[in-house]
Amino acid sequence: MDLTFSGALEIAGLIKNKEITSVEAVEAFLARIDAVEPDVHSYINVSADIARERAAAIDSRLSAGDDAGAFAGVPLAIKDVLSTRGFPTTCGSRMLEGFVPAYDATVVERVNDAGTVMLGKANMDEFAMGSSTENSYFGPTRNPWDLERVPGGSSGGSAAAVAAGEAPWALGSDTGGSIRQPAALCGIVGLKPTYGLVSRYGLVAFASSLDQVGPMTRSVGDCAALLGLIAGHDPCDSTSIDEPAPDYLTGLDGEVKGMKAGIVKELSSDGIEPGVLERFNATVKALEGLGVSCEEVSLPSFEYGLSAYYLIAPAEASSNLARFDGVRYGYRTDLESDDIWEMYDETRAAGFGGEVKRRIMLGTYALSAGYYDAYYAQAQKIRTLIVRDYGRAWDSFDVLVSPTSPSTAFKLGEKMDDPLTMYLSDICTIPVNLAGIPALSLPCGLAEGLPVGFQVMGPPLSEAKIMNVAYALEGVLGFEPRPPLD
Amino acid sequence: MEFETIIGLEIHAELNTASKMFCGCPTAFGGAPNTSTCPICLGHPGVLPVANREAVADTILLGLALNCKITPRSIFHRKNYFYPDMPKNFQISQYDIPLTADGWLEVEMEGNNRRVGITRVHLEEDTGKSVHIGESGRIHGADFSLEDFNRAGIPLAEIVTEPDLRSPEEARAFMQLLRATLEYLQISDCKMEEGSLRCDANISIAVDGAMGTKVEIKNMNSFRSLFRALSYEDERQRFAIKQGETLVQETRHWDDAAGVTHPLRSKEEAFDYRYFPEPDLVPIEPDPAWVEELRGRLPELPMERLRRFREQYGLSDEIAVMLTSEKALADYFERAVETGQDPVELAKWIAGDLVALLKDAVVPIQSCPLEPRGLGELVALVAQKVISGKMAKEVLKEAFDTGKGPKEIVEAKGLSQIADAGELDAVVDEVIAANPEAAEDMRGGKEQALKFLMGQVMKKTRGQANPEMASDLIKKKLT
Repeated sequence: MDLTFSGALEIAGLIKNKEITSVEAVEAFLARIDAVEPDVHSYINVSADIARERAAAIDSRLSAGDDAGAFAGVPLAIKDVLSTRGFPTTCGSRMLEGFVPAYDATVVERVNDAGTVMLGKANMDEFAMGSSTENSYFGPTRNPWDLERVPGGSSGGSAAAVAAGEAPWALGSDTGGSIRQPAALCGIVGLKPTYGLVSRYGLVAFASSLDQVGPMTRSVGDCAALLGLIAGHDPCDSTSIDEPAPDYLTGLDGEVKGMKAGIVKELSSDGIEPGVLERFNATVKALEGLGVSCEEVSLPSFEYGLSAYYLIAPAEASSNLARFDGVRYGYRTDLESDDIWEMYDETRAAGFGGEVKRRIMLGTYALSAGYYDAYYAQAQKIRTLIVRDYGRAWDSFDVLVSPTSPSTAFKLGEKMDDPLTMYLSDICTIPVNLAGIPALSLPCGLAEGLPVGFQVMGPPLSEAKIMNVAYALEGVLGFEPRPPLD
Repeated sequence: MEFETIIGLEIHAELNTASKMFCGCPTAFGGAPNTSTCPICLGHPGVLPVANREAVADTILLGLALNCKITPRSIFHRKNYFYPDMPKNFQISQYDIPLTADGWLEVEMEGNNRRVGITRVHLEEDTGKSVHIGESGRIHGADFSLEDFNRAGIPLAEIVTEPDLRSPEEARAFMQLLRATLEYLQISDCKMEEGSLRCDANISIAVDGAMGTKVEIKNMNSFRSLFRALSYEDERQRFAIKQGETLVQETRHWDDAAGVTHPLRSKEEAFDYRYFPEPDLVPIEPDPAWVEELRGRLPELPMERLRRFREQYGLSDEIAVMLTSEKALADYFERAVETGQDPVELAKWIAGDLVALLKDAVVPIQSCPLEPRGLGELVALVAQKVISGKMAKEVLKEAFDTGKGPKEIVEAKGLSQIADAGELDAVVDEVIAANPEAAEDMRGGKEQALKFLMGQVMKKTRGQANPEMASDLIKKKLT
């Protein structure tokens, strides 16, 4: 049995039944990391020593008969945008190179409480801005299915780590598709929860009104399990929904017969690669085979989703990233100056990469006096229209479906000189964030040897339902998320 | 040309909640730098704010006291600008939908009432404190700057008035009344010197009813400097207009030592704050029942109390204003009144000698060693002519210094006046017998002689003779 291509639930079972120890599990993944990291580069920092120590501690607790948590000893990768106390958290930026947080993000606390063992911090586009993980100050991550290609982004490190067997599961974050698009491109499951279901406390903010933390896993079952660990009210996050999260795992029964799925016209026709469209249509057929009626639906406001997103997200980012100024922590310019504004300028010019600076500029402009109404306020109106379009769709459909990404994994460098083309990678995922609803990407086969993702969207707090649809599909699609890496 | 001074104020009051606005750090003043801080108020990556319910309650309470409407659904905004004392480089504040708005506060000025409009009262967070080391004393040209973030995140209520004030005197009176209001509500320490109460002003001169150019004045750290700065600016602007000069809209800094204002930066260079709704916080929708509960908590406010003191106790304007300017002082007075002594006498003692003693000793009235009951005792001793007014001053001082009761002091020292007519009569006879010359002069109508004889009586009684009675006795015997 190859432990590194086993799911988290499976590993948890093996540890619980004393078939393996946590140390064995951790060592297996560390060995795999040693073997493939030079090619893939999923991690910014691997926490090998800490992981070994923690695994040993958990093993001794387990052998003493203690309850060490539901996922005691199960390894995990964490996107480097989540604050980890005592371990560097860089956000893929020079600005935070070597920065060691003083506190744990709420989701980190929760996965720790469940007994998981962090293997390291996964690579990402700088401050989660990008769709290819090429915007990392620490170098790009490569797609395990084809090392010439990108893993998607911004959670490309998390996606590649899970796909390459460098972690059984991972935490990512999704602002406009940053979990789902890399999950699709790497052939794994990724879920963006309802806004407010998972605490953002300790998630370094990109766009506060859009960001959510979510699971990236090898199976829908693992996805349900990891969501179950991190979901639920957090008093440290004012936007957290004050309701107990259900037990997602027991809700997975594959009973989807009689459900109605809407195929979003605006997300599944123009601009979608033929190979992707072919896999998408085949998956719709499979869905129909499960007794789900599928019908096309038009949601006209989606046409403006990308434009609205690229005003709202940069506007919030321009403010969120203002704290990186060289005064209290992080990178500071070496330039000697007696002018604080010069220090700010030099620090931010050298500390941030090109894409981050582009978005700070865009956002600053969108919020400026005289432009606010034309840009930021207008974008918020589109957001309202998108929420309404979705709302109307829920009257007729249980779930909506579309391809997750218009293309399969593209080549490194292919879109780096053309930001607009890069932005189009998220065209199918962005409306979900603007509306705050949950959506999941399920691997639905390969197109020319590269994974394709199938997106299932549902009304607010319908995670159990969309995961059940994905679970049923997973059973009939039989996709094996194992890239030809060795 | 007819000139009219137009003044509006913008006041910041630090709220005295136990914890900061958006985190759990304590708000105590004067700790070692950067000891009351946490990742949240230091703006570390990934932190989120959670609004302090007590600060919201305090702001609503203030809004109610200022006759404002409570906004059913208000939101926080981010005010974006870079400065090293702002950890996030934005301040969480309120913008177009403040917690409370559209109220008024009535100020009494020499018998005239002036109703000053309150534009808004909103809630925001304070910044840290910068100390710039170097000759300039400013951030520009500093050798280095030190930052203390203990103050960062302390809740601030911002009160903005309409331009309804018409003179520096009115502005000062308004500010004093507002301070008293905050103090009565017990929501702020109100110390201008410590910066827990701060005030900026907008002042312009209307000429023949036409609005003038508005100038903002900053750095007024006491009531006195507020008055001086506005008086200076009032004069400066009037003079400029008379000279035919054009005033510029600008921010000016009050230099208290030099007694002048000078330009800080012009409005044209002002920051674009790029306000937008704070996405990390949810709207505040105060439950109407909660607002009513808060309304029920409103105490009698300074102006109401002042009017009641005048009517109920017959106090003069001056003394009533003084006693009601501080809640604890007014409370002290009313507890003293409960002893049944004459309120006017009690008020005089408090406003005069007692306040002076407190000031010298730098003791707040709350910790006054002499209890209100003790003051009643003292006034009773004077009223019953047991001691003279002059002796009472000394007894008060001793009671203040030692914490002993006035009666106890009088008895212990044998200080009580000889008010026994028989005893005093004998002393007066002795003095007349011993000083025949003076007695003769007295019979001749010489005033000097009375003073001399009184002195002799006092000497013999070691100052304990009731002066009024002694004087009457001498006159009766020698005329």
